[in-house]
Amino acid sequence: MVGPTTASDQLAPPVVRTGWLKLTPLNKRRLANFKANKRGYWSFWIFMTLFVMSMLSNILANDRPIIAYYKGEILFPVFITYPEEKFGGFLARTDYRDPTIENEIKAQGWMIWPPVRYSYDTHNLDLPTPAPSPPTWMLSDRQCEAAAAKLNKSDHPNHGCADIEWNWLGTDDQGRDVVARLLYGFRLSVLFGLILATVSSIIGVAAGAVQGYFGGAVDLIFQRFIEIWSSLPQLYLLIIISSFLTPGFFVLLGILLLFSWVSLVHVVRAEFFRARNFEYVNAARALGLSNYRIIMQHLLPNATVATLTFLPFILNSSITTLTSLDFLGFGLPPGSPSLGELLLQGKSNLQAPWLALTGFCIIALMLALLIFIGESVRDAFDPRKSFE
Amino acid sequence: MTESLTNPLLDVRDLSVSFSQNGRETVAVNRISFSIEAGKTLALVGESGSGKSISALSLVRLLPPGAKYSGEAYFSQEDLLKLDDESLRKIRGARITMVFQEPMTSLNPLHTIERQISEILELHGLNQESVRRARVIELLTEVGIPNPSARLGAYPHQLSGGQRQRVMIAMALANKPDLLIADEPTTALDVTVQAQILALLERLQKNYHMAILFITHDLGLVRRFASHVCVMKKGEIVEKGDVISVFSKPTHPYTKALLSAEPKGLPLKENENAPIVISADNLRVWFPIKRGFMRRTVDHIKAVDGVTLKVHAGSTVGVVGESGSGKTTLALALLRLIRSEGPIVFLGNNIDGASVADMRPIRRDMQIVFQDPYGSLSPRMSVAEIVAEGLTVQRPELSLHERREIVGKALKETGLDPSTMDRYPHEFSGGQRQRIAIARAIVLEPKFIVLDEPTSALDMSVQAQIIDLLRDLQNRMSLAYLFISHDLRVVKALAAHLIVMRHGKVVESGSAEEIFANPKQEYTRALFAAAFHNKVEPLD
Repeated sequence: MVGPTTASDQLAPPVVRTGWLKLTPLNKRRLANFKANKRGYWSFWIFMTLFVMSMLSNILANDRPIIAYYKGEILFPVFITYPEEKFGGFLARTDYRDPTIENEIKAQGWMIWPPVRYSYDTHNLDLPTPAPSPPTWMLSDRQCEAAAAKLNKSDHPNHGCADIEWNWLGTDDQGRDVVARLLYGFRLSVLFGLILATVSSIIGVAAGAVQGYFGGAVDLIFQRFIEIWSSLPQLYLLIIISSFLTPGFFVLLGILLLFSWVSLVHVVRAEFFRARNFEYVNAARALGLSNYRIIMQHLLPNATVATLTFLPFILNSSITTLTSLDFLGFGLPPGSPSLGELLLQGKSNLQAPWLALTGFCIIALMLALLIFIGESVRDAFDPRKSFE
Repeated sequence: MTESLTNPLLDVRDLSVSFSQNGRETVAVNRISFSIEAGKTLALVGESGSGKSISALSLVRLLPPGAKYSGEAYFSQEDLLKLDDESLRKIRGARITMVFQEPMTSLNPLHTIERQISEILELHGLNQESVRRARVIELLTEVGIPNPSARLGAYPHQLSGGQRQRVMIAMALANKPDLLIADEPTTALDVTVQAQILALLERLQKNYHMAILFITHDLGLVRRFASHVCVMKKGEIVEKGDVISVFSKPTHPYTKALLSAEPKGLPLKENENAPIVISADNLRVWFPIKRGFMRRTVDHIKAVDGVTLKVHAGSTVGVVGESGSGKTTLALALLRLIRSEGPIVFLGNNIDGASVADMRPIRRDMQIVFQDPYGSLSPRMSVAEIVAEGLTVQRPELSLHERREIVGKALKETGLDPSTMDRYPHEFSGGQRQRIAIARAIVLEPKFIVLDEPTSALDMSVQAQIIDLLRDLQNRMSLAYLFISHDLRVVKALAAHLIVMRHGKVVESGSAEEIFANPKQEYTRALFAAAFHNKVEPLD
């Protein structure tokens, strides 16, 4: 309007292209706050390491070799199921632990095994003691002698525990390796928790947003419904439902989802109630923004803080619920690698304390790490710290 | 200058306060010295963030842990900064007491006023309940609460803001203090109430012969109320002395700037021939009061009750009135952000029945600027995003580059550097934020802008700049303003036409010049007396 028009070309600074992650200064400060909290930051990395390890459990603990070279052909037994015919057997699935197959492959080529040669459902048939067998390092050579004798032919005169395949944390009462079951169980628990927490957050945030933004009759009806819904006896319903639906991963997820979405509604609703009268929301209304845009642009970011604060705790409670259902025997189908089932075995095999202790330690570690991370996320988002 | 031969009641020497956070040390108060004699009033003035309140709070060591003090503060021969906690507690609430700014939050909402006052009496040794009650009644009478014995059981929410502040003062007086620290005691109150509270403090000061440390940003109050003044800037006292000499012969440039910062200039003349931008006839906003099981409507709160107004292009209608008089509700109703009754004509079209979707294109021509420059900008968006938000809705055909050009232009119009548009609101000062909010309003080139107390949250010197900016924009873009304020000095500098509101009704309206010169209604006169002279006029 004023000044020469040629100057208008230089009015706006060029758009700065930032990396894939565009952080507002506020979020940068939050990230710095999070990093400053040593306990939370370390917990995060320990947890991430464990999580990545468990995601790789197929190649860390498996009863099939990762790569095998047999008769001039490179095979990937972990990913591809080869019939035993290929190696001169007759079964539909190759049992690579079978000494006959092992020797056959070794004679015609080579194979690389995962660090732990058991999968979660591999039964160790050559246990030194009756199942549940204690961790191998707790056994004396005398106890191992019988099992070692079976394995080694004659080239080794002294049979001892060093010669047999180790179960680092022992086996459960069906002779399955506890380390392998832990890895797979950790993955299952965390994935289950993550999916459940994410989906129930999405539903909860959406429901809370609608109630908080529109208020009035919508809010009134929804709130009464939630009150009734959340006062249903969850556990009994779960038990009843799981008695006529075969409980699998997704069935359990669905059943738990029915109830867990409620937990975030109140927080988000309150946040929306507060924020919908903020002046910048009113300003947005005066600019003519639609309800959808106001919710997405201005109100949801406010609710994100509350949601993120709650998320680790929801994640934790999801994992705990799954574990307790498994412990009670209403959870995942028999044979699934589950931490709850490990605890149950520990309870029924008191003579094998490594079962209960391992289960307890790993669950406590996982929950504590998540809580530490959650705490520091909450602190990082604390407005008193992020706004100066 | 303030030092005298007699021993002062409070003698502060080289007081410094610093906070350390994340290893960084911030000095909030830097080596200040002042003294107060018994029965006198010392005012600490300065803009927000100048360290006034922190200096006062540090005297009774009420700052959050982490604050570091140095220097000396002698209060009748004892150094307050070195006393142990136990002896300090005996002084706090008994010999030094405080009145805070916000009467809403400084009283506990769950306790009756009797309990709150007698708690202090009990803490400082008045054990017999009947004696305590008599003393509470005496105190309430003294601070001018009508019918005090009946009000003993009242809860804070049952009292008005002014009455709450009176209760706070009664609590402060309970133990006959030697020094009263009044931290902006009238800032949150309406002008008429403000004048009453000041008169009360003055009377009590005489009766009790107490010294008052009066903290304020309002120079008008200082002139009327204090005997000595310390002007603070960025934690330092830049000038001190008795009020008359400081005000008549300020030596420090900052004091001079403060004194000349009052909004000046005359409003643009109202042009009767200019097209009418918006007009409303007998506008009503009634909120129903619902009772009982069936939620029957038994009565209405008449927030706006029959307001008629029209705004011409290029001129300003000022709306004044105390809080709760319906000023903001009127503005929201005119913008159709809340439901109202009565015709509203905007640019020749009737908009009172328009649906939300119909309103959307119209919104381009009507904008609003809010009071709080901190709350009205989303902290998560950059300035460019904030200003461009309206453009994305109203002119979606623009490319990103074109949008940024327009944003840059609007920022330049409001006196901001366009190259800062990718920064975030927290990097700007209050005045700059308000400029951003104005840029957001003018970027759509509207015809009509509602200014809802746009200067109330700003420091005095910034207020004047914003008023100048608004007048300049109005002149260039021929904007119509509806200017809402409780601050009559600001209104006087901007509004050509004036509407005085009380309880949702128009008390008086007409040309601003005429009303300021010759108010017809008693209420208007009382309002002006309080605002311009801090005087109490009798009011029903």
